[in-house]
Amino acid sequence: MRTSVIAMGVAATALVAAAVSSTVPVAKGADKLKVGFIYLGPIGDFGWTYQHEVGRQGLVKDMGDKIETTYLENVSEGPDAERSIEQLARTGHKLIFTTSFGYMDPTIRVAKKYAKVDFEHATGYKREKNVSTYSGRFYEGRYIQGQIAAKMSKSGVLGYIGSFPIPEVVSGINSTMLGAQSINPNIKVKIIWVNTWFDPGKEADAAKALLDQGADVIMQHTDSPAAMQAASTRGAYAFGQDSDMIKFGPKSQLTAIVDNWAPYYDERVKAELAGKWTSTDTWGGLKSKLVVMAPYTNMPDDVKAMAQKTEAAITAGTLHPFACPVIDQDGKTVECKGGKNLSDPQILGMNFYVKGVDDKLPAK
Amino acid sequence: MGLFEAILLSVIAASTPLLLAASGELVVERSGVLNLGIEGMMIMGAACGFAAAYFTGSITIGAIAGAAAGAGTSAIFALLTLGLAVNQVAAGLALTIFGIGLSGLIGANFVGERIEQAPHLYIPVLTDIPVVGKILFGEDAFVYLSILLVIGIWWFLYRTRAGLILRAVGDNHASAHALGYPVLKIRALAVLFGGACAGLGGAYLPLAYTPFFVPGMTAGRGWIALALVVFSSWKPGRIVIGAYLFGAVTILQLHTQALGLGIPSQLMSSLPYLATVIVLVLISRVRSSTAGSTAPASLGMVFVPDR
Repeated sequence: MRTSVIAMGVAATALVAAAVSSTVPVAKGADKLKVGFIYLGPIGDFGWTYQHEVGRQGLVKDMGDKIETTYLENVSEGPDAERSIEQLARTGHKLIFTTSFGYMDPTIRVAKKYAKVDFEHATGYKREKNVSTYSGRFYEGRYIQGQIAAKMSKSGVLGYIGSFPIPEVVSGINSTMLGAQSINPNIKVKIIWVNTWFDPGKEADAAKALLDQGADVIMQHTDSPAAMQAASTRGAYAFGQDSDMIKFGPKSQLTAIVDNWAPYYDERVKAELAGKWTSTDTWGGLKSKLVVMAPYTNMPDDVKAMAQKTEAAITAGTLHPFACPVIDQDGKTVECKGGKNLSDPQILGMNFYVKGVDDKLPAK
Repeated sequence: MGLFEAILLSVIAASTPLLLAASGELVVERSGVLNLGIEGMMIMGAACGFAAAYFTGSITIGAIAGAAAGAGTSAIFALLTLGLAVNQVAAGLALTIFGIGLSGLIGANFVGERIEQAPHLYIPVLTDIPVVGKILFGEDAFVYLSILLVIGIWWFLYRTRAGLILRAVGDNHASAHALGYPVLKIRALAVLFGGACAGLGGAYLPLAYTPFFVPGMTAGRGWIALALVVFSSWKPGRIVIGAYLFGAVTILQLHTQALGLGIPSQLMSSLPYLATVIVLVLISRVRSSTAGSTAPASLGMVFVPDR
């Protein structure tokens, strides 16, 4: 009996915690454009949500006299999200950014009810007349990281910490491997799925396990700087995720993929202010500076030069991480739907490993 | 360093916060109080412990501050459930939500800051013994403390008069009251002790495990600690087995993944919880064939003394 009470308690808490810890800091002011943000995590996660918050602060700095902003943090994906989005729509916000994949359907539902409010949904694929989508081509940065890792690794084994086996993460692993193979065809990767976006202890444990098994460069697709810190303690190399994590590994961070939402947010708010906002689908990468590489550190000059050259080539469009032919791990050539490289829908729905990944995709 | 040794070291580190928090809760439940707020007390300990260590540069002060923060948070629970006779389940859940929120507020200013990790013991010769040296003589102070804590709790519960009284209060508060024991006072002390242990377990995370603070970094460890108490059937020795078993399965599943054996990671991630459930079932089977429940008989019941 008691155990069942405990179990119910756990479930109830999980539901309530998110709702209660949300904060509603609403500023006052007349005739200013009200812009709202919905965040998945706390603004202090030093990763995904933090970078969106940096974008919001940029808006306030640039256009604080014309707009006022509101944000709700720790909004869980699900019924809570719809309520939170609707709350912003009802309180006069004319442009609302919903910054996680799981807000997709709630955003669409609220958008249908509030036709005069414009919505921007991050990383989703459903659009309406008043709903735009936007995301980053993070795989472009991963390719550069793969090349650097292959150059810096002495053991020839890379350690990769994944959150969930979803296409975004899988395409990141593949892009990394294709980059690494362009330097060292025999490079190996060990992959650990922690099945969470955020559990610093577990992320650190995964990093330690990878290092214990011979990996000497750590890559992560989870949200906390724990893996970077663990690598730093062991004197191994690592890459930052979402934001520049150099503070946590001054001698370890080679570079980091930084999500740079600020210019996009500026552009969209300016369009809204000018009355020229329309529904669009933006998937920006290195070229549009939505994905930015943190400074290349802790590596010899020739590796740095190589990384910069690759970055320039991807930016210029002369190099595509998924240039055809792409061969999957069973040796089959993947159908090339995008001309010279895999098409965007193929990358967005990627559910296979490329050749050289000696592991099985959990979902299959 | 061999792989076996490395795995053992990771297992010990992963188990220690669970062991600290669970042994505190064991004493609380033995006194007849069910405090579901472990997660909240742990995360408060983590935030305050990190803050104190950041300002003073001392891990010891950080650990003390963490324990104090845990005890302070549990004092609210004691006031509500013992002073005002509020339902313990509801108050415990509220404590968790409260702790997660407040710790985020306290810790907000420290996100992104770093401290030096708790030092590991080093005894020349002994620590250098191959394989077992680092495991026995090369841990941080929290690890030794957690083992001493369990031994201390066992000794207190089974070898002292005060421990006997505490167990009596937990098994039958009406009789203990009739015998003249101050039931509420004993329970309050037990709750504070449990809070201090949870706070210390929480403080272990930013001080020794991953030396930085991020909101929500306990990530559900408080609930695991709670399950471990049931798992142990309220016996201190079994808490150690439970905590280390849980830690071992957690770490081993990461290692089997890295070996690339092709076992689905979702299944591997659920193994620690699966193991807990299976052991719980086994224990209750064995128990029903021998004696009745080993849970303290007055657990979770509100007691209002007649004056």
